[in-house]
Formats: sequence, structure tokens, C-alpha cells
Amino acid sequence: MKETRTIPRKTTPKKAGPAASLPTRFADWFASRGWQPRQHQLELLEKARGGESALLIAPTGAGKTLAGFLPSLVDLQTPRNRSGLHTLYISPLKALAVDVARNLETPVADMNLPVRIETRTGDTSASKRMRQRRNPPDILLTTPEQLALLLATADAEYLFSTLRRVVLDELHSIVTSKRGDLLALGLARLRQIAPAMTSVGLSATVRDPDELRRYLVAQTPGSAALSALVTTPAGAAADIQMLDTRERLPWSGHGGAHAMAEIYGAIKAARMSLVFVNTRAQAEAVFQQLWTINEDNLSIALHHGSLDAGQRRRVEEAMVQGRLKAVVCTSTLDLGIDWGDVDLVINVGAPKGASRIAQRIGRANHRLDEPSRALLVPSNRFEVLECRAAIDAAKAGEQDTPPRRTGSLDVLCQHILGVACAAPFDADALYGEVISAEPYSDLPRKDFDDAVDFVATGGYALKSYDRFAKIKQAKDGLWRVANQKVAQSYRMNVGTIVESDMLKVRLVRGRKQAAPEQVRQPSPVYGNLWYPAKLQGGASKTTYTGPLTRGGRVLGQIEEYFLETLSPGDTFLFGGEILSLQGIVENEALVARANSDAPKVPSYAGGKFPLSTWLAQRVRKLLSNPQAWSGLPGQVAEWLELQQHFSMLPPAGDLLLETFPRGNRFFLVAYPFEGRLAHQTLGMLLTRRMERLGLKPMGFVANDYAIAVWSLGDVGGRLASGKLSADDLFGEDMLGDDLEEWLQESALMKRTFRNCAVVAGLIERRYPGKEKSGRQVTISTDLVYDVLRRHQPDHILLRGARDDALTGLLDLSRLADMLTRVKGRIIHKPLHRISPLAVPIMLEIGREPVYGEAQEHVLAEAAEDLVREAMGE
Amino acid sequence: MSMAVGVQERDPDGSGVTIAGVRLHVDLAGAFVHLAERMLIVADLHLEKGSAFAARRQLLPPYDTAATLARLAALIVRHTPRVVVALGDSFHDMRAGERITDADREALTALQSGREWIWIAGNHDPAPPAGIGGETCDSLAVGPLTLRHEPLPGAAPGEIAGHLHPAARVFSPSGSVRRRCFVSDGSRCVMPAFGAYAGGLNIRDVAFAPLFTQRRPTAHVLGMRRVYSIGHHACAPD
Repeated sequence: MKETRTIPRKTTPKKAGPAASLPTRFADWFASRGWQPRQHQLELLEKARGGESALLIAPTGAGKTLAGFLPSLVDLQTPRNRSGLHTLYISPLKALAVDVARNLETPVADMNLPVRIETRTGDTSASKRMRQRRNPPDILLTTPEQLALLLATADAEYLFSTLRRVVLDELHSIVTSKRGDLLALGLARLRQIAPAMTSVGLSATVRDPDELRRYLVAQTPGSAALSALVTTPAGAAADIQMLDTRERLPWSGHGGAHAMAEIYGAIKAARMSLVFVNTRAQAEAVFQQLWTINEDNLSIALHHGSLDAGQRRRVEEAMVQGRLKAVVCTSTLDLGIDWGDVDLVINVGAPKGASRIAQRIGRANHRLDEPSRALLVPSNRFEVLECRAAIDAAKAGEQDTPPRRTGSLDVLCQHILGVACAAPFDADALYGEVISAEPYSDLPRKDFDDAVDFVATGGYALKSYDRFAKIKQAKDGLWRVANQKVAQSYRMNVGTIVESDMLKVRLVRGRKQAAPEQVRQPSPVYGNLWYPAKLQGGASKTTYTGPLTRGGRVLGQIEEYFLETLSPGDTFLFGGEILSLQGIVENEALVARANSDAPKVPSYAGGKFPLSTWLAQRVRKLLSNPQAWSGLPGQVAEWLELQQHFSMLPPAGDLLLETFPRGNRFFLVAYPFEGRLAHQTLGMLLTRRMERLGLKPMGFVANDYAIAVWSLGDVGGRLASGKLSADDLFGEDMLGDDLEEWLQESALMKRTFRNCAVVAGLIERRYPGKEKSGRQVTISTDLVYDVLRRHQPDHILLRGARDDALTGLLDLSRLADMLTRVKGRIIHKPLHRISPLAVPIMLEIGREPVYGEAQEHVLAEAAEDLVREAMGE
Repeated sequence: MSMAVGVQERDPDGSGVTIAGVRLHVDLAGAFVHLAERMLIVADLHLEKGSAFAARRQLLPPYDTAATLARLAALIVRHTPRVVVALGDSFHDMRAGERITDADREALTALQSGREWIWIAGNHDPAPPAGIGGETCDSLAVGPLTLRHEPLPGAAPGEIAGHLHPAARVFSPSGSVRRRCFVSDGSRCVMPAFGAYAGGLNIRDVAFAPLFTQRRPTAHVLGMRRVYSIGHHACAPD
């Protein structure tokens, strides 16, 4: 059999007779493979025997999954009174569930255990799902959404009453999102149905393990209950290098194009590499560039979330079989299975967070006692600082996983309807159950009642929908679902992931062209997008495979709004191919293969993580301390010295403001290092404030490190003359009225509201008979938002959207912390011209969308065009 | 520059549009005012759209009718029209009358008092609900202008219609904007929808093609302080 992560590759000698606590059958099995059970595997077994829930924190390669299942297998070796579901395994990725199921078959078969293992995902057939509800397996492997669906059926009580154990894999990853809220509520439900059940969480290293320990057990008001904790000794420290490029380091951009030859060299020298990038667009670009210089025809593949699932599976399989030299990928490969024998991880661009980079580096070499090897490739100068900070953080073993979240109200609404779909519920009892779930342990009763009211009749002050109620309270006091249509519609809309509207990308025909000796690119033939023809043993083919009629292959999915920016005939990169848009028909983008020198790259929305607070702190410290620059590439140290000479370096705790004139504008550049999202919000609020001060701001641009605002008024002059104080300009009070006013119109707020409205079930994206209505969203949530905000500003969904905005797209909490931190510590540096440190942010001007008043300028310019045309200019 | 019919007149102060020689004032709320007739024209109010969704158990906020009527009331205060014309689809469906609240019904009645009120029949509402005042007709001639709900395919000089809910999307190097708009080639015009829950259809949609076969139309986009007239070529598809 192939090696998998469930199996330790080398025995770790342990004292204490392990065989003593392990049943003979199992001890023999371990021995037959030449292994010994690991300490944490035995500890988990012991906790399970004592009826304790537990959190296992261990790095990849420690036999975590086997540890999680061992107690179940031991339990199941003896026949039970009544067959039924014994263990439920939940994974954030359905591919992971499938893979774990496969790996689990080995010990079960070897030991001849009477255990039936099945998976249940969105791909499972309807008949099998039906059968699973009536005749469940002993062990079921599934996802949070499938659990919610199962809990919302009338069979839930029967199905889960026999449950003894729940295994939550990659728990650190699930709990940071709304999926974690949904799962927490599901877990609370399971504890009611099967009180004897215990849970075990499997996690990578996190900043605060207690958060996860609380998540695993029922909380009671006033005291925090904790699960047991099992940890493993840390493995060998990772060997992380930063690429010291021979090329000139770019000032801005994220592509890493300058270093492509060096990346290629590293790939060539390694056995198998994972090349991580931060966005799907970068993945496409890096993949394309690597192929352009792929003199040796190395088998380099591409893997990201927009590609067709079948295509991704083929890449994964080829990795496991060792047929690939490298895979360019996004966070889709952050988690999960041991994808073959990876010995080098290359991270192109900014690491963004210490834990994130540690997780990625852990993808290389799943052997505990050997160091993982990683190469960080900064794509611009600021990213050099970030990479340096990340390497230092990794050495210090620092973690920066996000803090615990408060359960979302929209997810609660969805859950309440789900509960009603299964059986009538009593509001008092359900409230008690909900607050036993860790994310909801502080939920006020009023919020819960509002959520019930929302589910029933929309939660409006104007009570005009009683006759349209989705759930109704009967005379016995129990809430019941109004009719089966409501239940059906719930089942079609379950889940917390609201994707942007996506269109399928379908290949309709190749464009006939004489095939010139063109730029080398991965020539996609038949089923293999990622694999050049010549490597498949066929002749090299640079032309298309022949005319395809409509109804050709689906290559994947792409955000609708990106395609909206294209006209038919425009070209773009997708799945490593250059495609030309033929047209959009219903929910499909029809494309043809094309040759083009300058394809547009899809500007995928996904995958833009902001710089973490922890890493930002390190970057600020590094910047302010010239002694630490010896560890930086020469070009970067030189750049910082020039900054010191022409302006100054921001002291670690202070905020540096630079002002300078340029063209006929006045620029203000600030360096808070608080991440793109918080900076964008700051930009909106700052320009509003400057507008009121008569400084006539014209626009702003923000990146992870800095923000630049330009105006017609001389902001630097006013600051220098003392007419305006920097503390006032960056006063915390901008989070008051300015914020309120801006939120009313903010597109980001509207997007946040849309997500809440969909998750809570206000807007149904799918309803019976209209499954693929992606493009024809029934009503614009922007309009609903406007109306609701005016007429019932305290509506539960507006509160929910606001809570989300605090940590989500607007990152308000981080902005607020920053404003407090720098109060009285703002240094204004008036300059005659742009400073070296300001160059990167200034280069980003013109790449960002516009907001507020600037929208009027866009319209006015377009109107001017018409005037010029009309006047024959 | 000739002033022959069909050549579009520039609108220097961004406050009006000329259709078939008749100059109409544009209110930035999305309405026409025919000053000479003291006539206010609005299209596609879609009253009770929220409750229509609620009847199918999508419980949208039930405030859309009140919101639309409040905006309409503000228009009436601003322009004190002698006659108000609603260009069809004023009510979202035939059963809107069963769902409208008493308060909203009274608010509408108050708006109607002291002026003439004409409901042009729409595809959603061939007739207004029982008990709602005002006259009903299929179309209305006002000098060279013809007011109707659904625009006729082919040339229709002087036609002012609704039904299509036009919206324009404009790109610039620094970003994009999507707004409701009037769309006109100088000879005919499609008005933006006025209702709070009435969405917009991009003017590059094929539905607009049969209306403007002779000349490319202009989008008169509703800005914050003025109307921006933007050429069809400068508007992007959705």
C-alpha cells in the first residue's frame, strides 16, 4: 500500500509498555508492521476510555488521524447490541474525508474488524444517502454541511442516538469561519441526541489551544468547560530560506516574475515541490511563466479552487504517484492529505501570517524527525521584510491564528430552521442547547428570540407576514415548520459559503490557426490541462484538438464579474491555457483556445489574506532597527538606508506620515502596517474627513503596509503650520459619525449584508425547480439593504452584517486598535518629493476601485467623452 | 452641428432630456417632469413586490411600498404636479390589493387627492387593485409624446415607456459604477424603474436592441447632483 499520513513512517521508541493498554489484536497489528504506537495515540485512547473529550495538537506526519480513530476501532472490535452509527468524522474538505476513509480501510482489513466505513459528501448518490439514513455505517466520514443536512431530517434522532464519538479534523481551520459556527451548533445538537458521545479535535499548532478545547465540550453559563489536551513533542525545526535574488527586486507587484528562473532552478534541484501563491490569478501567472522557461519539460502542474474538480483530482493523484515535479497551487493545498513525497515548499509572495506559513511549510516532508525545507520568494521589497519577519516568527515558534469568533446570527437563523425541519422544538430548550455551543455561549436571550422571530416571519417591526410564516408556534408551545416546501427549500440552501456568482467555463471550439513556433506553453490535450502532450508519450501538439461543438468540456468556474469586464474575443488565462471569450449564454461562459501574447489574467476575488497583526508587529520592529538589517538582501538594506537619509524610518510604536507635492496634487502617505482591509477602511474615512476640512481629496490607494491619499488641498502645509493636528486627522472619532455615514453607502457593507441574507435564508439562491439560477438572483440584496436600513436599522440581519464587518471585509476592530495605539504618537515628515519608502504604494495608484465621490468623477469623465464626440473633437 | 430630429441635443446643465422635440426635466430621483403640462411621470413602481415574495415565503422587508410612496410624495412636494402618470407595473401583481397595508393605501389616496392620476396598464397590473383611485388607460398621448408601458419594437417617435428598468455600467481606469438611467436616442425614451425593489437591466442587454435600430442611444445616468449623458459605446455590458 502507499504510505499515507495516518501511518508513522518510523518508529518512535517509547518507554512504558504500550501493549499493556492496547488490545492484543491492535498490539499485534502494530508489531506486524514494525511499528509501535505513539504516546499521543495511547493517551487519546485512555481519554476515550474515561469518557473524556480531547483535543490533539500535533504537526502533520504524527499519525494524527489514526490517533483520532484508534479509540473507535478498539471499541468496535467487540460486537454491539444494536448496530448503528458509532463514529462521525467531519472534515472541512470532502476530498480529505474520502482519502481518510480509504486509509482507514487498511487497519480494518488487516485486523479483520467488523467495521463498515462510508463517506457522505455532495457527490454521494441520492439513493446511497437515503440508505445511509436508514441503515447507517459504523463510521461515517462527512463535512459540516452534510451534518447540518442530516440533522435537519426526521431521521436525525434515530440516526444519531447510537453515536459514541465525533472526530473533527483540521479543527483549527474550521473554527475560524461561519462553517465553524454551523458545526458548533450541530455538535450541540448531537450532544442532546447522544449524551454519551465524546468528541475529539485534531489540530495543527495554534496560538490558544483553550479556545479549541472549549469548542469540543458543552459550555455552561458562568464557567468555561475545557476538554482534555494531548500534545506531541515538536518535530525538527524547519529549514526556511529566503531567496536572495540575483535580479533587481521589484518595487511593487506580487507576481515574482523577476525570480522565475531561480524558482525554476529550485524546482529542478528538488524531488517534488509545492509552489504556493496567494491568489488564483497569481497561480495562473506563475504557472504560465514557469512553462515559458521550462527547457527541460519538467512536469509542472496547476491546482486552484476554480479548476474543475475532476481536474484537481487528477493532479492530486499524479502527485501521490510521484509523477509530478512541481505543483503551482493556492491555499487549496494548505490542508489535507499527504500529497506524495514533497521535499520542498516554495512560497511566492508575502507569507501574510506566521501560522499560515508554518502550515504551508509543513506540507513538505511529513517525517517528524527531519526538517521541512522551504524557500520564501518575496515579490517586492516590502515582502522581503515580511518574509524575514515570518522566518523569525517560525524560529520562535510563534502562532497567529485568529482569535475566537462570536457565533454569527445568520448561521443561528439557518440552524433554527434546520432544527424545526427535523422535529417541533421548544424555544427554551433550544436556547439552552445553543448557548452550550462555545461560539454562542454569550448569546443573549433577546438575540435568540429575534432569530426565532426572523425565521418565523422575517423579524420585522411591521407585523404583516403572519400568514406567510415559515415556522409557527402551536398550542402546545412547540415551533413547527409551516409545510414541507419550507423544509425542502432549507435543504437546498444549507451551508455558509456564499460564493460570488460563478459561471462555468466551457470550451466550445479551438480556434483554427497555423501553429507557429510559439512561446512554449503547457499544451492541453484531452483530459490533461496540466500535462504537456509530449510528456504523455504523444507527439508535441501546439494546436487545438479539433473543432468542438457546443457542449464541450467544462474547464472550471470563474467569477461572473470578471467575465463582465471582457468583451467577446478578449483573451484571458485560465487553467494554464489562453482562452478567448466567445460569449456568455445563461450561466456558462463559452470559450475557445487562442494564441495571444497578452492575455488578461483572471482577477479572481479569492485568497487575499491581510497581513496578520503579529507579523505586522515584527515588520515594524525590523524596519525601525538598522542592526537587524544585516539579515536582509543588500538591495533592501540600501533602500532602507536611503529612506533614513531622505526621510526617516517609522519607530516601531509610532505612525509615520509623509507629505509631499507631486504633479498638481498633494500626497499624504501613512505606514500603519495593519493590512489591506483595515487600510482601505481607513482610506474611506480619512478622505471623508479631508473632504469636510476642505482639502479636496481626489482618491486613495491602500496595500498591506501603507496608504496614500492625494488631494488638491495642501494637507502637508496645514499639518506643518499647525492649523491641523495629525492626532485630529487620525482621531478615533472617525469611527463614529463618519463611519455611520459611510457604511450607508459602502459596497463592502452591502456585500457583507448579502452574505448574511443568503446564509440566514432571507434570500434563497436555490429553490425547487430553479436549481441553476445563479445569474438570475431573484432580487438585488442591495435594494433590500437600502430599504431595511432606513426602516428598521436594528434588524437582526443588519446587526449580523455589522458584526461580520467588524472582523471581515472592513476589519474595523483592527483599525480601531491601531487608532488607539498611535494616539499622540504620530510623526509628520513634510518632504519636497516622494520618499523611497513611499514608492511601492505610489506605484499601486490606478489599480484599485473607486468609491464615494470619486464615482461621480468617473461618470463625469465618461460624459465628457460624449461631449468631445458630439463636438467633433 | 445640425439640429435635425434624432441628433441628440447636448444638455449643458444636466437637468433634462429632449424627446421628439419636447424638453423634459429630469428629477434625480428617476422621474420626468413635463413642465408645460405640470405632469409628473414615473415608471415601474412595483408596489407590494416585497409581500409578493413573502407569499412565496421569502420574507423580504415589508417596507418597500412605504419607501416607494415616500419618494413619490417627495417628488410631488417638489413639483406640485397637476397630473401624475405611472407608466405601468405600478403594482407588482394582481393580488397586491389584498396585501397592501391600510396605512400604505391611505398614503396613496392622500397623494392622489387634488390632482389627476393616471395608471397606464402594465404586464404585471392590467388594472389597479379594487378600491384604488385614478384612471386607467393603455397609453396616453401628450402632444407629440406617447406614454405607454412596454416599448414597441421598431421605430416609435415620441414614445416614453418603462418596463425594461434600464441601468448603465460605466468603467474608467480607476473603477466602475452602475446606476439607473434614462435611455434615449432623442426620438424615444425608456425610463428607469422607480420602485424600491425594482432592479435594473443593463442597457447593453439584447432587450434594448429592437428599440434603437437607427441610432445608438445615450444613457442619461442619475448622478448625485446632475444627470450624466453617456454614450452607448462608453457603457459596458453586465
